[in-house]
Amino acid sequence: MAEALARISQVQDWGMIQIRADLERAGDAIAGAAGLTVPGRGRVTSDGSRKLGWMSPDELLLVLPLSEMAGTLTALRDALSTEHALVLDVSDMRAVFRIHGARARQVLMKLCPTDLSSMPEDGLRRTRAAQVACGIWREPEGYVLIGFRSVADYLRNLLTTAAAPGTQLDPR
Amino acid sequence: MLILTCPYCGISAEETELQPGGEAHLKRVGPGSSDTEFESYLFARKNPKGVHFERWRHAYGCGKWFLAARDTATLQVFGTYSAQTPHPTDEIVAAIRVHRPDWQPDWDSAPAAASSASNPAAISGETSAESPKA
Amino acid sequence: MTETGPFRLPRGGRLIDRAYPLPFRFDGRQMRGVAGDTIASALLANGQLMMGRSFKYHRPRGPIASGVEEPNALLGLGQAGRFEPNQRATTTPLIGGMVTTSQNCWPSLNADIGAVNNWLYRFFPAGFYYKTFIHPRAFWKHVFEPVIRRSAGLGKAPTEADPDKYEQAYAHVDVVVVGGGIAGLAAARDAAREGKSVWLVEQTPHFGGRTPTDHADGQSHVDALVAELQGMQNVTLRRSTQATGLYDHGYLLARESLADHDPNAGIPRQRLWRIRAGHVIVATGALERPLSFAGNDVPGVMLASAVRDYINDYGVAPGRRIVVVANNDDAYRTALVALEAGLEVPAVIDARNSVEGALPAAVRARGVRVLTGSAIAGIKGGHSVEAVKICAHSGSGDVTETVDADCVAMSGGWSPVVHLWSHCGGKLNWDDAQAMFAPDPNRPPTGADGKAMASCAGAAAGDLLVAGLTGAQAEAAIMPVWVMPQQATRKMKFKMWLDFQNDVKVSDVELAAQEGYHSVEHTKRYTTLGMATDQGKVSNINGLAVLSNALNQPIPATGTTTFRPPYTPLTLGTIAAEARGELFQPLRKTPMHGWHEARSAFFEPVGHWRRPYCYPKAGESHADAVAREVRAVRASVGTLDASTLGKIIVKGPDAGKFLDMIYTGMMSTLPVGKCRYGLICNENGFLIDDGVAARLSEDTWLVHTTTGGAERIHGHMEDWLQCEWWDWKVWTANVTEQWAQIAVVGPKARVLLERLGGMDLSAEALPFMGWAEGEIAGIPARVYRISFSGELSFEVAVPANRGLELWEKLHEAGKDLSVTPYGTEAMHIMRAEKGFIMIGDETDGTVIPQDLGLGWAVSKKKADFIGKRAQERSHMTDPERWKLVGLESVDGRVLPDGVYAVDEGVNANGQRKTQGRVTSTYMSPTLNRPIAMGLVRHGPDRMGEVLEFPVAGQESYKARIVDPVFYDKEGSRANG
Repeated sequence: MAEALARISQVQDWGMIQIRADLERAGDAIAGAAGLTVPGRGRVTSDGSRKLGWMSPDELLLVLPLSEMAGTLTALRDALSTEHALVLDVSDMRAVFRIHGARARQVLMKLCPTDLSSMPEDGLRRTRAAQVACGIWREPEGYVLIGFRSVADYLRNLLTTAAAPGTQLDPR
Repeated sequence: MLILTCPYCGISAEETELQPGGEAHLKRVGPGSSDTEFESYLFARKNPKGVHFERWRHAYGCGKWFLAARDTATLQVFGTYSAQTPHPTDEIVAAIRVHRPDWQPDWDSAPAAASSASNPAAISGETSAESPKA
Repeated sequence: MTETGPFRLPRGGRLIDRAYPLPFRFDGRQMRGVAGDTIASALLANGQLMMGRSFKYHRPRGPIASGVEEPNALLGLGQAGRFEPNQRATTTPLIGGMVTTSQNCWPSLNADIGAVNNWLYRFFPAGFYYKTFIHPRAFWKHVFEPVIRRSAGLGKAPTEADPDKYEQAYAHVDVVVVGGGIAGLAAARDAAREGKSVWLVEQTPHFGGRTPTDHADGQSHVDALVAELQGMQNVTLRRSTQATGLYDHGYLLARESLADHDPNAGIPRQRLWRIRAGHVIVATGALERPLSFAGNDVPGVMLASAVRDYINDYGVAPGRRIVVVANNDDAYRTALVALEAGLEVPAVIDARNSVEGALPAAVRARGVRVLTGSAIAGIKGGHSVEAVKICAHSGSGDVTETVDADCVAMSGGWSPVVHLWSHCGGKLNWDDAQAMFAPDPNRPPTGADGKAMASCAGAAAGDLLVAGLTGAQAEAAIMPVWVMPQQATRKMKFKMWLDFQNDVKVSDVELAAQEGYHSVEHTKRYTTLGMATDQGKVSNINGLAVLSNALNQPIPATGTTTFRPPYTPLTLGTIAAEARGELFQPLRKTPMHGWHEARSAFFEPVGHWRRPYCYPKAGESHADAVAREVRAVRASVGTLDASTLGKIIVKGPDAGKFLDMIYTGMMSTLPVGKCRYGLICNENGFLIDDGVAARLSEDTWLVHTTTGGAERIHGHMEDWLQCEWWDWKVWTANVTEQWAQIAVVGPKARVLLERLGGMDLSAEALPFMGWAEGEIAGIPARVYRISFSGELSFEVAVPANRGLELWEKLHEAGKDLSVTPYGTEAMHIMRAEKGFIMIGDETDGTVIPQDLGLGWAVSKKKADFIGKRAQERSHMTDPERWKLVGLESVDGRVLPDGVYAVDEGVNANGQRKTQGRVTSTYMSPTLNRPIAMGLVRHGPDRMGEVLEFPVAGQESYKARIVDPVFYDKEGSRANG
């Protein structure tokens, strides 16, 4: 039996904070409280344990260890108290999958209408995986895909099917 | 199947990542408008063969609405631009004219201020009944 | 040698490997081919020339082509769920153990009863069905239609599910070259040298196209190009990949065969590539045209190119004595290939008077007779060619000579394959010199930038010889021949086939022209020319040339029909790909979904959500379960999984002002800590959603929407914020899935929640329509005291990851209270007992709040809100609008949902006038009688009146108009 195109695993222990604000005005305050520089359009900044992703011109997503959630929420809210801003714990509404392996990109090529080869190393791309919305960024071993919690089973099945052994996209 | 570049995130998104929103630059009319004005706002659409301005939402992306200038017959895209624009921008007009020299804007070229198209007053002090409903 | 069939040649066959014989079955008979065969080549090798019967006349048919253009040799492949009709024998690779069956014949291919149509051909001309079955009308339904349905249709549709898997994949490529012939290979190389990312897709398993067969040293030219491309990092070569359509903005679909008819491979059978191409190079070659002479459909009459392909590619002799008939030099290649293989070529019949090219000279040098200015007058033989009758091409068919033969190789010239070029708007020019339509490079299909998104190369561009790459020598000019001989009689034209699959003949097209079908699109539909599964690949040009002649106009004046994708048929499986079975659509599940499943909940779909409809116990019907759940809630306490309710945060200094525009009622005045019910309308004034909003803080509201409404209402809000009031300071966030929400409902609801410990839920601390934050059972919670059932009710929201934990604790702690999980149907019944409306039941996109007695929730003081102006329109204020009432069944029967109440009189169509309809109807377990709601003209003013609801086949239902609140009118139960 051939090998699967990639290893699919679900991440359960990430905290996530949604930040909506005028990033021009509030960028420094966010960076200070989040401990990361504010990413440019379509990018992610990272310090190893945390990631700060650009979701839209007025929205960021901070990914961090669950243990740091409460403190960081407070820090962000304090830092943005004088701004028109929204800081929300959205840790529970997401399903996160890792797609790791040499052919991880091929798995996503079957599901996302996105030119993955043009995505920069530190890129964050929001798109769809088959019929549901998702966001994608890279890791050294492959990709991370985040979607909504209610469709976690769908996403897992989708990714596993796309990674099925023997289905590599290499020319035959 | 179209590809449009979202001006907010710079991504070339294909049609399946977008949600169409019909004609752009409609001017909302509300209470106080005549029946004719209101009918025109609700129902009258240009539907031209040729240059057209449309609303699209980058639904499977940043979630932002943006506007596109497009030829409805050839599907040539002249440009995409911010939804917070009362009329197509000068850049868009210039881009259209490069390919369609005879095309003429059909709006009053007086630049509109980049502010709300309508300004409904909120009236406070009303007590609303409450319904026992979830 | 005879192991693989009597017609297998002793040598040759560049695509086959004689070392690997493959057994297969055709109509139950055992046969043998070899690896590399197509089904057609294997059948021909076994002497099986006849491979099917035609659609209309059930004429015996053999293959005329060797590729995708084949109209005749369509077979059913496989068995059971894998059975597929209409598969082209000429392109399907032979697999060992294959089961193939002929189509369109009964009881058997050789003795087909439908062939009686063949003798009646004079009575089945173009438009026969249109003309014949108009009168008498009653005959159509009972006589004509059943007979036609039984005899019509190509092949049979399989009745079982397709067991194979399919997938799709997306690709983004600078340049896609379609066609792996020599022109495509060279174009790919040129593009790759410019540093672009290049794909080359080839429909067959082999590169090279016609070059290896048709040109000296062709194979070595091809091999050199392929080797160079294989060494380029930016080039991807895909064989067995059929580009099927080119769409807007460079969107190209291509089907890659992975495991066709090899079910044991365990991988997807086919993959549909959804390619975004910066530029497409159409190098799809050209297809040879048949000649229209009497009997051109007899098995054994083939395209000249196909005859030499079978000999050269597969080592198969389509016949032993091959007559070539042509109007061009190219066909002489067939004579040379046949002679080289040791087959006889008794004559070449050429319509041209002067034949002096190099190829004809080579044929003459082999001692073959070349009959110039000649034509075929007819074919002797029915199931196979026995002899060829020869006449002068300029005459009317007087036979000058008869030559014994078992195969005729015909060539009427070549047509570039311009399908992809044309799919998206590329235009064609008529090339008089080569007698063909070729792409007009000045009118290409254009892309998003307004520039050409495709170009053509090689034969597809009209350069049939591709001499620059093949080194081919120039050939003498073709002479267009659309009917052979020129003065053919009407009787001969009845036997000249244009469209072989749909049985359209020269006589049919001429009849259509005579009857006034001057547009080629109309003639196509009247005659069915080009409408079969081959889409007229070999027939269209001949057909429109015949039409042009009949109309006495030049061919470009007639034009072509529209080229539409797909180029070759696509299996539906490739379009669905993974979206079947479990993955048909995303099912949204709440955090408690597994618990519901474990309790055998019966689920109903609400949008993409699956919600428990009820929780039937062993042996319990759904209706009984629902009734039990309602009674348990009203008597003690129940829990509803309300996690699916939409939850949208609206925050900012302008949030109150904004919500006053979104809701019909006033939200800005809601005090912090309180909840308020609100209605949301669209700009047309119609109700689109409802729910309870809670004010969380000075500048923050939480908006609850219906289950199906979260994404829609969030989008609605963002639309207004981004596109109309973009200077208002408001943020929204759809946090529906962040929270698990549990409605704890019933007189014992507070008792149950208090047992879990935590926040103060007393009436004083948390009054009706209030909310509070705290902990329950150690879980952070927000509790809303709102009720959709009329009972004491707490909606408890906790982080989604802890929803199941709270749900389980409630059921553990409430055992002695008989705490009962209840589903959506019990919820619906309880809300109907209370007269509460439901979006989607009482509303249908044409209902305004005022219709539902909800005028109290529409602000009269606000200057504006979305829908306000529309609700002032005359139609909306019309007193004749149907309005909400309760309906009480007179005879104890439950009213059917959606039935109409009739009024006196009839409308213009003679139908009874109506005056209302039922919008919700249930058997109330609480009241033990049916209850219903409906919209009725002047309803609220007609209390006590009885309405009649006729239902076909039953006694009319009758119901009395009553107040819509059936239970606890004073509303005291919500206070516990």
